[in-house]
Amino acid sequence: MKNNSIKNFTLLALSLFSLNLPGQDGNAILDRVDRNLSSKNRVIESSMTIHGRRSSRTITSRSWTEGDKRSFTEYLSPASEAGTKMLKLEGQLWIYTPSADRTIQISGHLLRQSVMGSDLSYEDMMDDRKLSDVYTVTISGRDTLQKRDVIILELVAKVSDIAYYRQKMWVDAERFVPLRQEMYAKSGQLLKRAELSDVKRVQERWYPSKVVYKDMLKDGKGTEFVTTSIKFDQQIPDHIFSKASLR
Amino acid sequence: MLEFKLAIKNLLGSGLRTWLNVTVLSIAFVIIIFYNGMLDGWNMQASNDTRAWETGGGQYWHPEYNPYDPFTFADSHSQPPEAVEKLKEKGLMTPVLITQATAYPSGRLVNILLKGVDPEQKIVAIPSHMLKEISEDPEYIPAIIGKRMAQSLRINEGDRMLVRWRDANGTFDAREVTIAAIFQTTVPSIDAGQVWIPLEKLQDLTRMYGEATYAIVSPQSTSNPVGGEWIFKDDKALLKDLADIMAAKKGSSRVISSLLLAIALLAIFDTQILSIFRRQKEIGTYIALGMTRLRVVYLFTIEGTTHSLLAILTGMAWGMPLLFWIQKTGIPMPANADQAGVSIADKITPYYGAGMIMATVLLVIISSLIVSYLPTKRISKMKPTDALRGKLV
Repeated sequence: MKNNSIKNFTLLALSLFSLNLPGQDGNAILDRVDRNLSSKNRVIESSMTIHGRRSSRTITSRSWTEGDKRSFTEYLSPASEAGTKMLKLEGQLWIYTPSADRTIQISGHLLRQSVMGSDLSYEDMMDDRKLSDVYTVTISGRDTLQKRDVIILELVAKVSDIAYYRQKMWVDAERFVPLRQEMYAKSGQLLKRAELSDVKRVQERWYPSKVVYKDMLKDGKGTEFVTTSIKFDQQIPDHIFSKASLR
Repeated sequence: MLEFKLAIKNLLGSGLRTWLNVTVLSIAFVIIIFYNGMLDGWNMQASNDTRAWETGGGQYWHPEYNPYDPFTFADSHSQPPEAVEKLKEKGLMTPVLITQATAYPSGRLVNILLKGVDPEQKIVAIPSHMLKEISEDPEYIPAIIGKRMAQSLRINEGDRMLVRWRDANGTFDAREVTIAAIFQTTVPSIDAGQVWIPLEKLQDLTRMYGEATYAIVSPQSTSNPVGGEWIFKDDKALLKDLADIMAAKKGSSRVISSLLLAIALLAIFDTQILSIFRRQKEIGTYIALGMTRLRVVYLFTIEGTTHSLLAILTGMAWGMPLLFWIQKTGIPMPANADQAGVSIADKITPYYGAGMIMATVLLVIISSLIVSYLPTKRISKMKPTDALRGKLV
């Protein structure tokens, strides 16, 4: 009986320790997440389905991304968007529209506008800073999600120039892939939720091939991203990340 | 005087033909006055209401502020310059802070402008006193909106609505605001797409402490100091859009007036031609009796022009009671008339200025003088003998 009490106490103390002093653990988990999701470069083919009030539309694209600095995206369909190209170099973003045959630079507050009517802004797509660089992390608990054990991380901004003051992340305890992400306002109001699923093994990594972003303040089914093909650490020619490739 | 007496006698002798001309011209005269009076009335109402609700006695703008480009709003905020702040201490200025935001009424997404105004201000007619915080709840944010905005959002007084915005650093924040009052204004530019909350609250929420986007100066302010980097916009600059619209409307009014006058003057012109043709023997007799051709031309011109004098008298007789009745009752405007973004009251009260009436009287008299004179030029070419025989010129 006494032995059992000591054992229970020890387990409780360990679990409390793991909940109260998890800073390092949280960062370690985030590192594991980054290792799964970040790479030197990647080539992705994806489809983005934007669910509107009356109808939905799907946009397919092919992207070449190098770190968090350089990215080039070409929209493949539908016909109205096909040929539109987006180039990101450092903090700058250019968009080429074939119908107008013009390249425009998206800057300043235009970056806060929605990308093609989706639930994501250009800024959301561009902000690739490592989470551990901009948030302090604590582990707030464990749970089960999509029939997987998950660790719940609480992220609070440690820099001022960030869109979401607080985030909550459900990370697969075994694969270290986020399965759910919630973004909160300073007031604590839930603003956006991302549900990540269809985790697949790709080149020694676990990668969620489906992400559903939802603006929690408005009605609707949100925006769905499906990665149809992804290749990490490829040889990407330098000319891809030049303004010449926009035309 | 003789010519005038003869003209009146001849005109009255012509009977129905004269009165038809006079009636048509009097209708044109009254309609021109009514239309111009309506535009002047609208202009006065819109200018006065815009001054009372929005522009005050002028405004100081942050150098980056451009009301036509919402993307400038995020960068156009700072503490007003000292000279402008001093006006505030004297109660002659009130600052306004603007930030872009998104409202979510019943799960819908509506882009709005969140505007902060001092609840104590009395410079513009916005009922900002309704923003005085009656609740001790620190989370309580009172808001006032215009009737158009309330209809667009489909919300009522006392309703709560979630609003999301970004602070000065770009971080999202979202809170519920409570609609403390819905005001009715004829100035859509302070109503449509806008939610007004207490200035200090907005400054706190956006971390723009003590900052503003523009400052409204009281009409009582006698001198407007140089506002440092801030740019002073006077009454003329702030009402330029309205003045441009009115100028365009005046242009279309001139077209309508010209058409109406053309119809009436064509009748007089026709009458003059006919009268000269039918009264050749009379013209010949006048000249044979010693009247100069110039005097005969003068006689016929006066006769034609007298149509306009009679028309003005007739127009005044039936038009004045009608115009004053319209002025008293006002002209109701359709419910959606102000959707174009221009200040229009529910009813437009025409304003018949003395200058406008005198200008219209002169226009009618001078134009009828010209059309009366033109056909009479033939008289100067007539031979009295031929005229006496009734030979065609």
